[in-house]
Amino acid sequence: MSIPKETLLHAYRTMKTIREFEERVNAEIMNGQIPGFTHLYTGQEANAVGVCAHLDESDTIISTHRGHGHCIAKGAEVSGMMKELFGSSEGLCKGKGGSMHVADIDKGILGANGIVAGGPPISVGSALAAKIRKNGKVAVSFSGDGSVNQGTCFEAMNMAVVLQAPAVFVIENNYYSEHTSINYAVGCDDLKARTEAFGFPVFVADGADFFAVHEAAGKAIAHARAGNGPAGVFAEQGRYHGHFVGDPQAYRAEGELEDLRENHCPLKNFRARMAETGELSLAELDAIDAEVMAEIEQSVTDAKAAARPTAEQVTEDVYIQYSATA
Amino acid sequence: MPEKTMRDAINEALHQAMEQDDSVFVIGEDVAGCSGSAGDVGAVGGVFGVTEGIYHRWPDRCIDTPISESAIVGAAAGAALVGMRPVAEIMFADFIGVCMDQIVNQMAKFRYMFGGKSRCPAVIRFSSGGGFSAAGQHSQAMYQVMTSFPGLKVVVPSNAYDAKGLMLSAIQDDDPVLFFEPKILYQETADVPDEMYTIPFGEANFVREGDDVTVVAFGQMVPKAAAVIDALAEEGISCDLIDPRTTSPLDENAILESVEATGRLVIVDEAPPRCGLTADIAGLAADKAFSSLKAPIKQVSAPHSPTPFSPELEAAYLPDADKIMAAVKATLA
Repeated sequence: MSIPKETLLHAYRTMKTIREFEERVNAEIMNGQIPGFTHLYTGQEANAVGVCAHLDESDTIISTHRGHGHCIAKGAEVSGMMKELFGSSEGLCKGKGGSMHVADIDKGILGANGIVAGGPPISVGSALAAKIRKNGKVAVSFSGDGSVNQGTCFEAMNMAVVLQAPAVFVIENNYYSEHTSINYAVGCDDLKARTEAFGFPVFVADGADFFAVHEAAGKAIAHARAGNGPAGVFAEQGRYHGHFVGDPQAYRAEGELEDLRENHCPLKNFRARMAETGELSLAELDAIDAEVMAEIEQSVTDAKAAARPTAEQVTEDVYIQYSATA
Repeated sequence: MPEKTMRDAINEALHQAMEQDDSVFVIGEDVAGCSGSAGDVGAVGGVFGVTEGIYHRWPDRCIDTPISESAIVGAAAGAALVGMRPVAEIMFADFIGVCMDQIVNQMAKFRYMFGGKSRCPAVIRFSSGGGFSAAGQHSQAMYQVMTSFPGLKVVVPSNAYDAKGLMLSAIQDDDPVLFFEPKILYQETADVPDEMYTIPFGEANFVREGDDVTVVAFGQMVPKAAAVIDALAEEGISCDLIDPRTTSPLDENAILESVEATGRLVIVDEAPPRCGLTADIAGLAADKAFSSLKAPIKQVSAPHSPTPFSPELEAAYLPDADKIMAAVKATLA
């Protein structure tokens, strides 16, 4: 399947944007500029971008605590996200949500989510709405290999089948649920088979390979969009950082991180493929790199200069106001 | 007496309880850590380090789980029902939302619904409360909600000394105990004896003693209120500071006796105001000590909103020294 040049350019730009966003966020946390708990997606860029390449703004995604990549891939504005992470009132969520709750409903981003497997049931609701409205939309939920062991995830998968809702369950196996290996936390040997046992097809991809994810996600999303009920994507790819920023990662084998960065890099893989096929020139890719670096730099500059929230804003958007207790 | 952090004090209580009683075990997400990995199994000891070292001594009684909060609480409840004394960890109190049924419909009600013929000596530990810019799903107190359920005992320590004694009481207790550890206090130190000791449930601690105003505070609000009361002492205002330590059972007598003596009451909690502990204790005093009151009761709580992310917003959200001081002075106006 050949992919249009515009799609390739956009895919590379988006993966590079996620990579540089995350690496800069990591640095700003170390500098003490970004508060709270932050979980980075670096290394897994191809998953988000390969899936979201098949979605338009009125399809929905719902993400996880490791949500920056999904949000960027679905079109969230980088500057608004950076401001949100810095806690500015100009952030996408006015500084109320931060890293774990980035959302942009107008762009079909139903939110990152601080509760493991909080997302899949909500995504089934979005899929059900699409089914009732007969509008051909799909609802994608991203889950990690930790998330799939929650009851809410099982319930969502079964109910999506029962309702024949156009829900797409993207399972990103990054091998660790927080600090625990998938070898321990998932009781069966074959997570794909376990997922398929709910009654929908699951398409497998190498999560370091944009083209593999793009193809698998294309099949899953086409299946759901055509009214055949839910489908799944199962992509394996390790994260380059810890569970959260600051995690000492005692669970890693010696050399594991180096191997991931060296031999399992979606960006390197993409460049290698382009060098082979000539669909994009390396000069085009280099130009994108420079533009992305400048955009991220600008987003940090803007975030540092952005307005700070005031005390009165605490109780905005709560529906009901009570007089202060003190 | 050695100085220890709250984190280490609870850790020591767990070690001592496990040493003493083979039926005690810990279970939860990453309570050992790194299970199944090529790395250092047991290296995590809980994300806040409270179960550190337990796996290395008792690998069979330090049990990592998948991310499955309902199953963790249910497994603790079931093991307790057949005579074990599990101490389960739910990483953040907010995740009660995931396992609510197993707590409130199951473990809380066994003994009553089974006609008193069962015991469920399970402890569920939670990191709790705000102060980390951890936003709406990792910052809630939650103990005020759980206090409303009959069948649960609810503990909220405010210092390392109490945390150790209360944890040892919790493990020995034959009923389900929810143990909320204000995570902002994990690194705060106090003098903590090396030996085992217990602090009985339902017995409040008078952190400060005074004549003019009764202040009741919970968890992380206790040290904040103490600092305010010390500053007020410079101005010649003296306050009782009562830390109930357990919200269920609640030491009603300590609160009422103090209010009868001072005639003024301020209640401080970090949770939002509706159906919370400040309203609960204001109701208690209005009901049973009304004739002693010389001024309206003042409640100091978070506003009616989820916990915001941004540091400025969270600082405005959580009760602070200024709000506590203003409330105390209002009762004296």
